Amino acid sequence: MTPSQTVGPYFAMRLPWPDGPFVVPEGTPGAVTIIGRLYDGAGNIIPDGLIETWQAGPDGRFAHPDDPRGATPGGYRSFRGFGRCPTAPDGSYRIVTLKPGPLPAPDGSIEAPHLDVSVFARGLLDRVVTRMYFPDELTANAEDPVLSSIPEPARRATLIAVPEPEGHLRFDIRLQGERETVFFDV
Amino acid sequence: MTADIRTSPTVIDTGQLVLPSYERPTGLHPPLDFDAYRSTALRHPKQALVLLPHRLTEVTGPLLGDSLITPTDADLTTQHAGEPQGQRIILTGQVLDSDGRPVPDTLIEIWQTNAAGRYRHSREHHPAPLDPNFDGIGRAITDSSGKYRFVTIAPGAYPWGNHYNAWRPAHIHFSLFGRAFIQRLVTQMYFPGDPLLPLDPIFNSVPDEKARQRMIARFDIELTQPEWALGYHWDIVLRGRGASVFE
Repeated sequence: MTPSQTVGPYFAMRLPWPDGPFVVPEGTPGAVTIIGRLYDGAGNIIPDGLIETWQAGPDGRFAHPDDPRGATPGGYRSFRGFGRCPTAPDGSYRIVTLKPGPLPAPDGSIEAPHLDVSVFARGLLDRVVTRMYFPDELTANAEDPVLSSIPEPARRATLIAVPEPEGHLRFDIRLQGERETVFFDV
Repeated sequence: MTADIRTSPTVIDTGQLVLPSYERPTGLHPPLDFDAYRSTALRHPKQALVLLPHRLTEVTGPLLGDSLITPTDADLTTQHAGEPQGQRIILTGQVLDSDGRPVPDTLIEIWQTNAAGRYRHSREHHPAPLDPNFDGIGRAITDSSGKYRFVTIAPGAYPWGNHYNAWRPAHIHFSLFGRAFIQRLVTQMYFPGDPLLPLDPIFNSVPDEKARQRMIARFDIELTQPEWALGYHWDIVLRGRGASVFE
């Protein structure tokens, strides 16, 4: 296999797309806007990071050959499932998407609605992966096999977005330090 | 019917939901905490990573089609009216998974310096000239056999301030998706014989010598076009489905 190397400081030449943050077009009925900032271990914002998200549709399905259930017939037109946003000079990012549905897991459990989130930056020799969960899913989150697997229950809160005015959701990501976000070995 | 073990996906039958199973490489990727690369100091998680079993979100991924691509995206020497400065190169190879299966129809994005070692980026202050005819960015989609091809200019080395007299070896940044979230890879391709490689903390952050060598392209005289361009060959291997449940 080919090893990972850092994305470096100059990925913004190529990787950002004008519509990258829009998993669905802005103004799509039911769209939710996720905002957040990326922080380092000194509590400083990271202005040269890249956030990517991947998620199921509102029906909990993927338009992908390895989802054995297949996509919903008719599907969600213009829903890409994938979001990409570089962090701004103030460390902020934004993703506009639809809330995913819950997902069945092979062991029979149910995963609460979530986004898989990758963080790339200068100083990260490999991406780090986390998950964002939704604050209005108390019951589903309590039963989610991934959240439940996090050894220190107090740290689970780092994966749950916080409601903001205007219906936005805030998901700050802390690479290190106090309130360090939970990251996964994928 | 003859089963071909190499091409039939390994699956875990869980009754209702059957998902492909991907291997988990150990000791391949660089550690997140790596002193010699100073920027890792405040940017690496200090808590242990939590093992994430691969479920639906991890074994699927964005299948970004060729609607993103324009014909000049894969030829970085023809994106402007004039010819860029520097050594023209042809860079080709195959994207495979670690079981040897080609990865077709997958997006590759690249970015690099120009021949003088200068990136076209607002935060780049290396006093080397920009080239008005070279942006240093490209995209391609692998074909049905996983092959890709770029035409570009050999990038230059540049100083980067990590330590006294620190110079990055010439490299091209690569970003790949594969077909699953867990196959996503961002890496760098290096050139054979570069005297800066043994001195570079980023290249040497990969712990295994053989794995480091897999980041270096191979000069290919067969691919080299007479009176025109040098040829380099570089295959990229993504995580495969090799870890069988029978092992």
